[in-house]
Amino acid sequence: MSNANSTGVLSGNHYLDGDHACAEGAIAGGCRFAAGYPITPSTEVVERIASRFPLVGGRFQQFEDELGASIALLGGVWGGAKAMTVTSGPGFSLMMEHLGYAAITETPCVYIDVQRPGPSTGLPTAPAQGDMMQARFGSHGDFRVIALCPNSPQECFDLTFRAFNLAEEYRVPVLVMLDEVVGHMTEKVVIPTPDKLQVTPRRYTKKKPGEGFKLYEAPAGSLVPEMVKAGDGYRIHVTGLTHDERGYPAMNVPTQEKMQARLMDKLLNNVDQIVSWEEKNLAGAEVVVVSYGITSRVAEKAIQAARDQGVKVGSFRLITAWPFPEKQIKALAGKVKAFVVPELNLGQMALEVERVVGGKTKTVSVPHPGGTVHNPEVITKAILEAVR
Amino acid sequence: MTTTATPAPKKDKKFKGVVVINRESCKGCAFCVEFCPLGALDLEKDYNAKGYHPPYLAKPELCNGCDTCGLYCPDFSIFGYREKLEQAA
Amino acid sequence: MSAPVKENPVNKYLRTERMPSIWCPGCGIGTTVNCFTRALDASGFDLDKVAIVSGIGCTGRVAGYLKLDSFHTTHGRAIPFATGLQLANPDLKVVVYSGDGDLTAIGGNHLVHAARRNADMLVVCVNNFTYGMTGGQVTPTTFRPAIASTTPYGAYEETFNLPRLADSCGAVYVARWTAYHVRQLAKSMGEALNKKGFRFIEIIAPCPTLYLRRNKLGDGLDEMKFYREKSVIKHGADTREVNLDFRQEITVGKFVDRERPTLEEAMEKQMTKTLGSKYVPYQSPGKKPAWS
Repeated sequence: MSNANSTGVLSGNHYLDGDHACAEGAIAGGCRFAAGYPITPSTEVVERIASRFPLVGGRFQQFEDELGASIALLGGVWGGAKAMTVTSGPGFSLMMEHLGYAAITETPCVYIDVQRPGPSTGLPTAPAQGDMMQARFGSHGDFRVIALCPNSPQECFDLTFRAFNLAEEYRVPVLVMLDEVVGHMTEKVVIPTPDKLQVTPRRYTKKKPGEGFKLYEAPAGSLVPEMVKAGDGYRIHVTGLTHDERGYPAMNVPTQEKMQARLMDKLLNNVDQIVSWEEKNLAGAEVVVVSYGITSRVAEKAIQAARDQGVKVGSFRLITAWPFPEKQIKALAGKVKAFVVPELNLGQMALEVERVVGGKTKTVSVPHPGGTVHNPEVITKAILEAVR
Repeated sequence: MTTTATPAPKKDKKFKGVVVINRESCKGCAFCVEFCPLGALDLEKDYNAKGYHPPYLAKPELCNGCDTCGLYCPDFSIFGYREKLEQAA
Repeated sequence: MSAPVKENPVNKYLRTERMPSIWCPGCGIGTTVNCFTRALDASGFDLDKVAIVSGIGCTGRVAGYLKLDSFHTTHGRAIPFATGLQLANPDLKVVVYSGDGDLTAIGGNHLVHAARRNADMLVVCVNNFTYGMTGGQVTPTTFRPAIASTTPYGAYEETFNLPRLADSCGAVYVARWTAYHVRQLAKSMGEALNKKGFRFIEIIAPCPTLYLRRNKLGDGLDEMKFYREKSVIKHGADTREVNLDFRQEITVGKFVDRERPTLEEAMEKQMTKTLGSKYVPYQSPGKKPAWS
């Protein structure tokens, strides 16, 4: 860990919207290359980046489409930069192929998705949380990502900053999953001084060229290989094909099994270091509301209303949606009567809660097609019914 | 397997052409034979392990080591070079 | 008497442990790679600073065979990857090496925009008029009325004139050669390597297995002889006049060679003009190796 580069950090108290806070979090996290394509409601992130980068030694390039933007940042990473791209639903769909490419090539990178209702063009400039399963399963084949869900502009800063650290730690794509409300709401954002911001530098190998470096060989005791950058003399080969430890294509089943096992395990074996959540009043709770993003703030009112009526309701807010805090939810499963899962989609993370709970406890989905947030009363009603 | 063929040099030449052929990696496309500017190469009647007819230096006295065969070869299986006669001795 | 066995000069540019290549007998891609290595050799470049980026397909495999920092990306996206790589590490010389289907169909949008913005890269497009790896489907360059597996009754679409496309979008160097023109091609690649900005070289090359056989045009060698017979070198030709047609004359040569600010130069200039001393230029990570 090292302190954030002070040229980039706008330390102090600000009044920022979530999109702009994401941009500041990225800059503080060391991002100096960004590729983008305009799409509502995410565009303010790249607008902020476009205006701030020339003042902090960064390079932004707007591309012809999200297909280009979502791989240009990966080129930037292999060139030696920390990099990200930003989009919303339709663009996120176009970026799926490169999420898979980033996963198989173990390119540390950050994708920000400011969610709006779909499918397709749907309802731009309105909130939704309908890309949660796409974040996890959207690219073809099996792969793992980290997905973070801020519920305030402050968290947009904090989690985007953390996303860059996680990307370097595990060499995976890290997704910051906003919704339109969090992206566009303006609140106080406190940006710490650089000495309070610990940045994970790229984990470059200490081996020089010719000293037996292998691009996809994890050092002893780790499942995450060390990085190099282009131009340093290693003559690396990076491919989206199934590859061996040298990075060379090896189209056979044993290589596929070995590669895939490590790609999965490097996250699954480190879930405890990655997962984060916020819990309230879980002790003795009869019902636990599992929520994330803007819905967690709407749910607070609903929870209070239910508690006012004497129901013991706890709150479990997902900060990492992926990996899912499976252990924590499982531990609650035997103790509570029900999980209530409000979200701005027709029941996506509710499926994951239901899977993890495994029938031990009732899971009540409180779906919403998006476009606005829940009426808190709908959530209160679901809590009251669940406890009966 | 790598084989070399070395021509007997003409007396007035300062260098001789040498062609090096990796007959096992050859896929028998015959580009080198067709485009040798001096017509020095031909395909073997024999097959290599993969079932292709690799080239050989049929007329060593014609080769001047220009490496046109090397430029054409899509399988990096042949190249030519010039050897100074003083050094080759 | 036997001469000392020398190493093939091309070997130092190849991942020889990955040979033989997947390319069919009589395929022209390997010949173009051979020319490329000769151009690199002549360039005197520090090869550690040369990066090669390919898309998907038969030509897309070039990146995997060259012993350079090499990136085998996704279908059609070599150019935006290369743009990101070069902008983030301007100390690199970036070459995109891919096929007609990859660069001009699925990747066509990136091709035109990279040329428009004069992104600093050499794009080598091996045009064999078909999607080889997927079994010989029609591409934007397949002539009417050639047979492809997806035009079993003959192709009927207008084709791209690739030099004109690259020229009209602003490429600073545009040339076309065939796999037959090895010396000219190697020279042209060398020239293009030494320029800055968006450079485009189209190479007509035989696909014996899927394009030629299906169209009863003989094998790779027959096609190479056809190129010898039908090619006419016209340097400086107006790219509007260099359209290709089925079994017709092939105009080859260097068509465009001009100067224009690169994307990076234009970006730097504009920022400096507007921001003055507030502008903090990008520090290339390529200035020193990560291990130092």
